[in-house]
Amino acid sequence: MIAILKYNAGNIKSVINALARAGHEAIITDSKEELVRADKVIIPGVGHAGQAMKYLKERGLDRVILSLKQPVLGICLGLQLMCISSEEDNTECLGIFNSKVRKFPPLQVVPHMGWNNFISIYGKLFDGLKESDDMYYVHSYYAETGESTVAVCEYILPFSAAMQKDNFYATQFHPEKSGDKGEKVLRNFLSL
Amino acid sequence: MLKKRIIPCLDVKDGRTVKGVNFVNIKDAGDAVELASRYVAEGADELVFLDITATIERRKTLVSLVENVARAINIPFTVGGGINSLKDVEAIINAGADKISINTAAVKNPGLITEIANRFGSQCVVVAIDTGFAENTWKVFINGGRTPTSIDTVEWAKRAEDAGAGEILLTSMTADGTRSGFSIGITKKIVESVNIPVIASGGAGSKEDIRDVFLHTGCSAALAASIFHYGEIKIYELKKYLSQFNIPVR
Repeated sequence: MIAILKYNAGNIKSVINALARAGHEAIITDSKEELVRADKVIIPGVGHAGQAMKYLKERGLDRVILSLKQPVLGICLGLQLMCISSEEDNTECLGIFNSKVRKFPPLQVVPHMGWNNFISIYGKLFDGLKESDDMYYVHSYYAETGESTVAVCEYILPFSAAMQKDNFYATQFHPEKSGDKGEKVLRNFLSL
Repeated sequence: MLKKRIIPCLDVKDGRTVKGVNFVNIKDAGDAVELASRYVAEGADELVFLDITATIERRKTLVSLVENVARAINIPFTVGGGINSLKDVEAIINAGADKISINTAAVKNPGLITEIANRFGSQCVVVAIDTGFAENTWKVFINGGRTPTSIDTVEWAKRAEDAGAGEILLTSMTADGTRSGFSIGITKKIVESVNIPVIASGGAGSKEDIRDVFLHTGCSAALAASIFHYGEIKIYELKKYLSQFNIPVR
């Protein structure tokens, strides 16, 4: 069973639909027992870092996430919450990845919105994919590249397109909205 | 490199597409889900659904259409047409749309842009601006482009950005439906006045028109309806053409 973490951030319908297309049912939950028991956990996210972290902390979900042993996938804001901190609302985050989240300098249009390819990709999430494959992004903040970065994308500057440490995986792009290539990333995660 | 987006627009009424289509192998030309899937397969980067239903059953049929589209396609899509409250937005976003577009309601109540942005994030608020050239200046039009206002288009685009818009969808009423090309001047001016993505719309009649709006305005995306509906231009052929001019496309 796949558990999607329930919190007050954004639309999770597209994640549920993408999982259904890949043949998986999912439950949406913020119950510790259900999260711990799930085969995989997905932390989706469109929203604000400050509000999201506050919600997680108030319910003790930050500690639950850190204790998870099964593969966990953070998407978009989900990736940023797994970093050390975010400039968005000056938020202290979960600290799984040793990178900070910063706001894009306004040298070009912000948000970074639309389809972009990779500078580099590495690891199981990207089995069967190429650096030239485009994914769909929409974000105004980015995670710096660091030791947990497994894919790099460039917009204004190079940033973490995907990160991984131990059982924690995360993508800045939306695999559920990135066509067949995005669904491939999601299926790679589901088959971990 | 970030790609320039090609966005087909589907006009829908009572849950069905209204413009003619002549795709081969489409069983039901009015089936919005089937047409949407076809566009996705052809390489569309996003889709826009513009609802022109005028009945009281409107919201129900629209929500059920959005649910069906969201189940079927795996790229982002925007829903617009007659949205004028946070409740409308909530129903459409919860049904699986990624973005909503608001037009007349935003002009009448710019606070709605902020309300939606605060609740669902700026990334889901597309402010659609219909603009027309009148008395030597580009003015904002409302009510589906039928009613002129005294509002300056550039000023309105900046206000919409400040209020929390995530994108501007700019339609030139002067060019819309003429197929004589986008209104390059005003599109360029809006692109230079805001720091959020601008989608150019209105007037696309050929591949050359779409090339020109990208080369001359710096817009992030181009939206068109009839040239795709009638199958005159296939999206993958258009993209192949654009790439010959170093316009980055997926």
